[in-house]
Amino acid sequence: MNGGPVQPTAGAPGLSRRSAIKLIAVGSLGVAAGVGATALVTRIDRSEPSRYFAFTPEEALPLVALCEQLIPRDDAAGATDAGVIAYIDRQLAGPLARHRGTYRAGIRSLQLTSQRLYQLPFETLGFGQQTSLAAMLEAGLSPEELWGEPSQKAFFNLVLDHTRQGFYGSPRHGGNRDYTSYRMLGLAYPNLIGQNRYPGAGRLGG
Amino acid sequence: MVGAGAGGGVVAKELSEAGLSVVLLERGDWPHYDAHNDDELVSQRTPVLGNPYGPDDARHRRVVVNEDGSSSVVLPSEGAYSNNAGCVGGGTVSYGAMAWRYMPQDFRMRSTYGTVKDSTLDDWPIGYEDLEPYYEKAEYEFGVAGDYADNPFGAPRRKPFPMPAFPYNREGQRVAEATRRMGLHPFPIPMLRNSVPYNGRPACIHMRSCVGFACPVDAKAGSQNTVIPRALATGHCELRTGCVVAEVLVDDRGRAQGVRYFDREGQGWEQLADLVVVSASATETARLLLNSRSKLFPNGAGNNNDWVGRNLQGHGYVGAFGLASDEVYEEAGPGATVAFCDFNHGNPGLVGGGMLANEFIALPYVFCDVRPPGEPRWGKAHKDFQRQYYKRVMRLYGPIQEIPNFSARVSVDLSVKDAWGIPVCRLSGSRHPHDHELGEFMSGKAEQVLKEMGATRTWRGRLGPGLSGGQHQAGTCRMGNDPATSVTNRNGQVHGIDNLFIADASLHVTNGGFNPVLTILAVAYWVSDHIKSGWKGGGFS
Repeated sequence: MNGGPVQPTAGAPGLSRRSAIKLIAVGSLGVAAGVGATALVTRIDRSEPSRYFAFTPEEALPLVALCEQLIPRDDAAGATDAGVIAYIDRQLAGPLARHRGTYRAGIRSLQLTSQRLYQLPFETLGFGQQTSLAAMLEAGLSPEELWGEPSQKAFFNLVLDHTRQGFYGSPRHGGNRDYTSYRMLGLAYPNLIGQNRYPGAGRLGG
Repeated sequence: MVGAGAGGGVVAKELSEAGLSVVLLERGDWPHYDAHNDDELVSQRTPVLGNPYGPDDARHRRVVVNEDGSSSVVLPSEGAYSNNAGCVGGGTVSYGAMAWRYMPQDFRMRSTYGTVKDSTLDDWPIGYEDLEPYYEKAEYEFGVAGDYADNPFGAPRRKPFPMPAFPYNREGQRVAEATRRMGLHPFPIPMLRNSVPYNGRPACIHMRSCVGFACPVDAKAGSQNTVIPRALATGHCELRTGCVVAEVLVDDRGRAQGVRYFDREGQGWEQLADLVVVSASATETARLLLNSRSKLFPNGAGNNNDWVGRNLQGHGYVGAFGLASDEVYEEAGPGATVAFCDFNHGNPGLVGGGMLANEFIALPYVFCDVRPPGEPRWGKAHKDFQRQYYKRVMRLYGPIQEIPNFSARVSVDLSVKDAWGIPVCRLSGSRHPHDHELGEFMSGKAEQVLKEMGATRTWRGRLGPGLSGGQHQAGTCRMGNDPATSVTNRNGQVHGIDNLFIADASLHVTNGGFNPVLTILAVAYWVSDHIKSGWKGGGFS
């Protein structure tokens, strides 16, 4: 089941004008350092995919919000900006398909937990409330009876691992949009060292 | 011949150059850098989306027995699978390429340390002096850059290294200065990687992504760019890729007749041969022998005394981390440049030890787990640590000599099969308790050095529970003089099956406190020499 584009949610962190300008600066400087004079990227868009392969739009909303808690936007891009949801979605419809049922059940438990504690869906909670709930999952402190398989800790750890992969892995898997995390770390990309891989090229420097 | 990795590549080259007609069967394919480039999620070190250099998740399985006795089916991209690689070149395509000779004591562990409770610790049936010429041959045929002038613990050698050592990087210089002040003996890590052009391959271009990846210019030496091309060039070696061997055919008189295998299309074949050499890795070689049942060997080839698959070992990796007050990161891979061997042997109250070295560059995803105890794992604190310390963490790590035990083993699970219907590896047991003791000791030593280097904060790494194995897997078909307590004789010839040989880390009685590859290569040259000198066309003299 696939739906249309998912709109940014009320509960997700807002992008202030000031931080948008900072993002632009980070983006173009990073690219200039990596490639040369041509600025390929001038701004970083939100990047939810227009359709999902593995999630319903209703499942994606709380998951996007949880990923953003794990790697939130500040001066640099966060999980949402980097396309972490696109990464997870693509992998669950591909090499990590074995985790699909875990996500489905975990997201259901997450929403039940949010309803029990705040009477609202997770994605509509305030940022601080989402942080508190995420911390409870990590420590295994939310109402146990709302979780079966996966346990709240197992679900938290799985989403954390996949969020890291989506944020720091190669953009060809859907996340780390424009190598945004590499720019955050000050790592040049493309990695100019090692790109001279054609016959004879290495000998010039040898 | 089964398996075109480190050991198999060497034997194929030696036998085909000697004029024997060789068929080399490899389940994987030729590796190509461009197929996966520097993608951290499809790296042989962090294969979260699959192993770039095999095996694939779709067709391979293993069963792991958990500590509570339950068992789980695991995939090649999951850590518990204990994968090495599955391609032409095997682990030598994507390894870190440290080129260690074991020390003389590493071949005489029982003589040096005595018996250890609940352990099968023993001496090798061959010594360092037997292997020295073969270590030298491996260093020259593959190409090793190194310099032992400052290493008083280095095993004696007749010839210098074929290439000059790599210089220390920024972190390496600090390790060298600190360890010298402490009275230790730092020196450049010997590497199977070209510091200058060598044997028709260029010098290293210092990719940040090196360990876990193929080399885009072939500066890193593996069997796929050294001995296997030489074997093919003789015209006597035929390499068949995509071919999965199911069993060694052993007749009723106890002679190997050849192998049964499946080709790329899944078609079954029997390849008959005068000699069969298995070099499939410590886990897969054991599995193949156990799956090869015959009248005289009803429990698997060479397994009448239940030693095949036993004593699975690898290397626990231990050490410590330290935060530097300034940037130590240098954009010059692979990153590991300096080591010291002061703690490989002679540690009071302990058996063996290990070398310590500065580490390979940690790419951003892996770095997420480089954290002091108690540090938040997510949120803004996670990002802040990544930003602040990605280029300021110093690491000193190394492999410890593991104590073999009989219960750490590979068996076959008759109820779980791979895509070809072949029973899979079943891994069970756990590492010897001494490993944890030694690990704590080595981590403490590493932490002392990091403090001397000026680290503002340090913390230790710890060994996990469970079984060892992984990329340094060894020991499952040990060589020995007594057929009752070993699988092959000192030449890699399986007891009771004259024309069946093993040439990989399965043969290792113990696995040293070093990365094992150069020893695998040296032993493969040793086994090849025995085959060449003993084989008289139809039998052994």
